[in-house]
Amino acid sequence: MTGAALPELASVPWRQRTDERWLRRWGRIWGAWTVAYTVPFIAAGIVMIALEPLAAPVALAAFAHAWIIPELYAYRGASVVRPKGPRNDGGEPTAQGFLGDLLGHQEREVQRATGLALQRGKLGVWLVGEAGALLVTRRRVHCFCVRTTDPELPPSDRIAHLLLALREDEEGFATVANHAFAGAAWRVRRRLPKRMRPALTAARGVASG
Amino acid sequence: MARLVRMDGSGHTKLAEWTARDDAAFQAAVEEFGGQLELGYIGTVPEGPGKATHVRELPRDAELVIMRRPIAGG
Repeated sequence: MTGAALPELASVPWRQRTDERWLRRWGRIWGAWTVAYTVPFIAAGIVMIALEPLAAPVALAAFAHAWIIPELYAYRGASVVRPKGPRNDGGEPTAQGFLGDLLGHQEREVQRATGLALQRGKLGVWLVGEAGALLVTRRRVHCFCVRTTDPELPPSDRIAHLLLALREDEEGFATVANHAFAGAAWRVRRRLPKRMRPALTAARGVASG
Repeated sequence: MARLVRMDGSGHTKLAEWTARDDAAFQAAVEEFGGQLELGYIGTVPEGPGKATHVRELPRDAELVIMRRPIAGG
């Protein structure tokens, strides 16, 4: 990656640059937030059953909340890389070939099989989709909403746009993108489309290796 | 042969070609590059695996210069 600043940073001058320290802090905040909205529901359910066993159905509803809410957040995170927008079938074959030229052999195979382009970075291993990216670190997956400003581009060109911007300035790319979620890889994996799950497995392998 | 390419709805479009010794072709490419900047495109030079550089002027010695649209938070 180069040290030159991404030109798009001029559109978000108020944002603090997203570096390793920023990611660690937001990873901890997301972890604490998950505990904060899960534990009270679990505790309330246990207390209800302890006080009145007939309240078990209400307690089960509380346990369901403790399970569903984190799932919804993880779903929101995983959704950043779901395919979105027009398919543009006319230009897609050319765009796919162009994107393939930007990728190494292994990354090209991963992208064609899963729809996600794998990119090693200083902050971790990135999986770049059409309108979002996952940053896989040793402990967490950070989910970013980010897109090209031309929604009519073929899907592979949208990925190529994000990939080139990422390669220009990794921290700048993460700064321009909107941080949507951070959590354990298994939470994101469960909510990814099945086709994309091998890409997360590959990225985790690279990140931990 | 160096190429100036724009990523667009067709996949990509070749805008210009030049060689380091062909001044006329390079000047034509420079004008095309400037016109794309005015349209809001950003110049990027891929530099091997995992690297790319944002350029504000057309580098004569680059093999491939790609014009891309800006990105934004979704």
